[in-house]
Amino acid sequence: MRKILLLLTVIIVGLLFISRLFYLQVYKQEAYSLYEDTAIRKVFDYPKRGYVYDRNGKLLVANQPSYDVMIIPREVEPLDTLEFCQLLKITKADFLKKFNRAKNYSPRLPSPFVPQLSKKDYAVLQEKMRKFDGFYIQKRSLRDYQTSIGANVLGDLGEVNQRTIEKQPYYGLGDLIGKQGIELSYEDVLKGIKGIKFIQKDRFNKNIGPYKEGRFDTLPRPGKDIKITIDAELQKYGELLMTNKRGGIVAIDPSNGEILALVSGPSYNPNLLVGRSRSKNFTELYRDSIAKPLFDRGLQAQYPPGSPFKVINALIALQEGVMTPTENVSCRMGYYYGSRKLTGCHHHRSPVDMNSGIALSCNAYFVTAYRKIIDNHPDTGKGMNIWAAHAKSFGLGDYLGYDLPVGQKGRIPDGDYYDRAYGANRWGSTYVVSNAIGQGEVEATPIQLANMVAAIGNRGYYYTPHIIKEIEGDSIPSKFTTRRQTTIDKQHFEPVVQGMFDVYNIGTAASLRIPGIDICGKTGTAENFINIDSVKTQLTDHSIFVAFAPKDNPKIAIAVFVENGYWGSRFAGRMASLMIEKYINGTITRTDMENWILTHSLENEYAKPYSGKPFRINGETTLQVIDKIQAPKDDDINNSINIITNRSKL
Amino acid sequence: MHSREHQRKFGFDWIIIVLFLLLVVFGWLNIMSASHEGEIGSYFDMSQLYGKHAVFVGLTFVLIILILSVEAKFYERFASVIYIIAMLALVGLFIFGKDVNGARSWYGIGSMTIQPSEFAKFATALAVAKYMSDLQTNMSTILDQLKAVALIMLPAVLILLQNDAGSTIVYASFFFVFYREGLQQIYLAIAISAIVLAVLALKFGILITGVIATIGVFSSYFFRRKKRASLLQSVVILLVCISFSAGVRLFYEHVLKPHQQNRISLWLRLEKDPAKLERMKKEEAYNLIQSEQAISSGGWAGKGFLQGTRTTGKFVPEQHTDYIFSTVGEEWGFLGSTFVIILFMALIIRVLYLAESQKSIFSRVYGYGVASILFIHFTINTGMVMGLIPTVGIPLPFFSYGGSGLWGFTILLFIFVKLDSNKINEW
Repeated sequence: MRKILLLLTVIIVGLLFISRLFYLQVYKQEAYSLYEDTAIRKVFDYPKRGYVYDRNGKLLVANQPSYDVMIIPREVEPLDTLEFCQLLKITKADFLKKFNRAKNYSPRLPSPFVPQLSKKDYAVLQEKMRKFDGFYIQKRSLRDYQTSIGANVLGDLGEVNQRTIEKQPYYGLGDLIGKQGIELSYEDVLKGIKGIKFIQKDRFNKNIGPYKEGRFDTLPRPGKDIKITIDAELQKYGELLMTNKRGGIVAIDPSNGEILALVSGPSYNPNLLVGRSRSKNFTELYRDSIAKPLFDRGLQAQYPPGSPFKVINALIALQEGVMTPTENVSCRMGYYYGSRKLTGCHHHRSPVDMNSGIALSCNAYFVTAYRKIIDNHPDTGKGMNIWAAHAKSFGLGDYLGYDLPVGQKGRIPDGDYYDRAYGANRWGSTYVVSNAIGQGEVEATPIQLANMVAAIGNRGYYYTPHIIKEIEGDSIPSKFTTRRQTTIDKQHFEPVVQGMFDVYNIGTAASLRIPGIDICGKTGTAENFINIDSVKTQLTDHSIFVAFAPKDNPKIAIAVFVENGYWGSRFAGRMASLMIEKYINGTITRTDMENWILTHSLENEYAKPYSGKPFRINGETTLQVIDKIQAPKDDDINNSINIITNRSKL
Repeated sequence: MHSREHQRKFGFDWIIIVLFLLLVVFGWLNIMSASHEGEIGSYFDMSQLYGKHAVFVGLTFVLIILILSVEAKFYERFASVIYIIAMLALVGLFIFGKDVNGARSWYGIGSMTIQPSEFAKFATALAVAKYMSDLQTNMSTILDQLKAVALIMLPAVLILLQNDAGSTIVYASFFFVFYREGLQQIYLAIAISAIVLAVLALKFGILITGVIATIGVFSSYFFRRKKRASLLQSVVILLVCISFSAGVRLFYEHVLKPHQQNRISLWLRLEKDPAKLERMKKEEAYNLIQSEQAISSGGWAGKGFLQGTRTTGKFVPEQHTDYIFSTVGEEWGFLGSTFVIILFMALIIRVLYLAESQKSIFSRVYGYGVASILFIHFTINTGMVMGLIPTVGIPLPFFSYGGSGLWGFTILLFIFVKLDSNKINEW
């Protein structure tokens, strides 16, 4: 025992130490990563974000440098807070609040302290920065919008949130990421890849030089430029026309599905969502729950499509062989089921064939056609399903699959839908006749309607609408170049197209003709309701118009929706007509029509439900006349033609 | 056995010499990692610490030749003189010494500094060997035990007075020597009991310690049939245990300085209040945490020589001296660190083996002293760097930067190599 005590102790201690080393170095240790090494400072070099051009090569979105003051709380040494706060233009209380917030996030990771300094503040601060340990300036690039239009399309950048960072470790706190519009849907294309520099720190957190002479450093890879399908001139014109109205305009090139204009009213100047005032402005836009400027009415608003939907019923009736173009239907100011009037109609000549049924928008004609389609099948539910499948082949009732981040499905009800609502076999075609005229359960977004007319203009097919035209050094996704066929045979389109052409010649849009252009269109008027203090209250009808032009080989398909604009040709028809002329001819000859749009506002109409007073609708109202809205100059990016005005009043 | 011993070149034990060389060279490489500023130009750049250490290593070889060329009998004959000189050097510090980091343990000669406590170790080992090898000395008598203890208490107290508590603890290693040379078993029992009681008292308080001691003492009383203590003796033992525990607590609470308290508190995880613990960790455990992280980050095979990011960034304070082992951990990984531990175990075991084979008691006791001193340094230093033992500032033999330390350990070891080489000349 005496001889071996020390020997034994040495062996025990040795084994103990080796197991401790095993625990520390092998068991506990995760694979070594330079990124996780706290002895190495990672400095990011942000790449140029891709520019955005319109279809004609006009620059819409560029970049501007921005400087964030970043903080690593653990490294902060006592400092002259008074001077620091003055330099940053914040109060002492702000300073403490920001400091604690950063510390709560992480004492050792950088977080933004004061984001997006102006160039002037940066210049002053930069010289004194060395006095403030634990703070540094991170250069980033912000968006610089060269235009005041298209906020809903162009979208904006915002600071990446915690959840995204956890899912995608590429992003760090304070990084900017696309939040809306193409910035969001083409984030991966536009963002590029940031470069990184590894810098060896010492324990005082001083930089002592590049790690391994910069062997692992990478250069930033710039984001790709993109060209979008929007025609900036057309978009701007559409926004001008939409001023003081709410609604959406969607214009599509039927030959390839390119979105030429996507207007949502009211809109805002995209420059509002850049820089330090972004969060303040965003909150203000976000909180406006009445005008909803962040709500893209072209993509997200589901309205009953109204009369334009009738042409789909005409097509389905022809395809199913339940009607012929020459078959006459008589109309006695409405459709009668026995002695019961199911649907009213306006005054027009009777009887009507398909051509004049469309041109005069006869309700009775389409209820007849619709009932024939559904009752063609012994099982009403199955008949309804056949009808729904045809309608859906036009891109209705489901997401279209375009490349913008927001949207709605719309609704095309099928047999199951009514089985759920009424119970199986407890309903018949007479229960659901509203669908015949685009009311009732049918709903669609403006872009779905625009796509629908594009398919009609193409006589039976469409391309998925899209916003991307070119990606630098890359091709656009093939789903945008694939033709989608509808279930209607080509020959059935001619009588329908002729009917839509006659809408302009003898029908509801006869006043909207453009000399030299053959337009095919369809007016629509949709009743709508709102709950005011739990009372269902009717508002002035929505004004709807869809059209394509020219009649053969159409260049533009358009859907216009103006909320509470009353009848179809009153606002929407005029605006569609002007947009078509602007796009095809480049100039407006009918300045009186343009003047009418620019001098009439619907703001009073929109204020009614919130006034707390009883109000009148439709024909019992007078239209608000205003001074003519002026188009802003091209370089005046600080003014938006379409920014919500009088918001404080609402 | 003799025939094999005869074959050794010049009579020296080359295993020890090879182990020594491996440790010194590997130590120097790690000092280079831990201390270089900027790029490594020349390996002998005198403006850098590793350059200076290279000179210390060079001088070590001169020292070894000197030690080995002196006749072996010299060390036995002049052991007392060497001891007295070493003690005088320690005393002289109170008058001529220089304060470094609050410890008055250095002589300054020009730009050079010398730390006499590093040389007092081998001197004490010689003196103890000399005293124990005296035919008159009988380690089973209390008086001789006290005399032997006095020999080690003298340098220990002097060093403690110079505020170098770490180096004082080293002298406890002589317990192994005394025990080997006939100290009664009871002392081992007392030593182990004392350590257990002290830890229990600090960790769980006096009450629980008392209960455990009572159970221990009385179970011994009831179950040991032979040689058992009487009931009265058992009660006295118990009382001594309890008052010892109370003494430990009092010592911890009122004698130890706050930073020493904190180190122990961190080691035994005594602090429960998370805010206080956090503050304590910041104040006291910074080195420890950095050192553990550096070792841990080395992983299986390490980041490679001169590639340690924490070493390059100088995250671990005192990394080239007391914390040199963390460099091994980071740059050479589990494999390299285990290699170093095996080197030390091999060296100590080899010295022990040779000590047991000595015919002269002086050589045997001295060899035991060498093994014990190396062992306690190795255990406390690496244990501390790995976070197993509270922070105590003593160097890792042959590894840590510094001339005095390297020379002190070299003299300690090579006097034994010389003594060992001489055993065939003894009758």
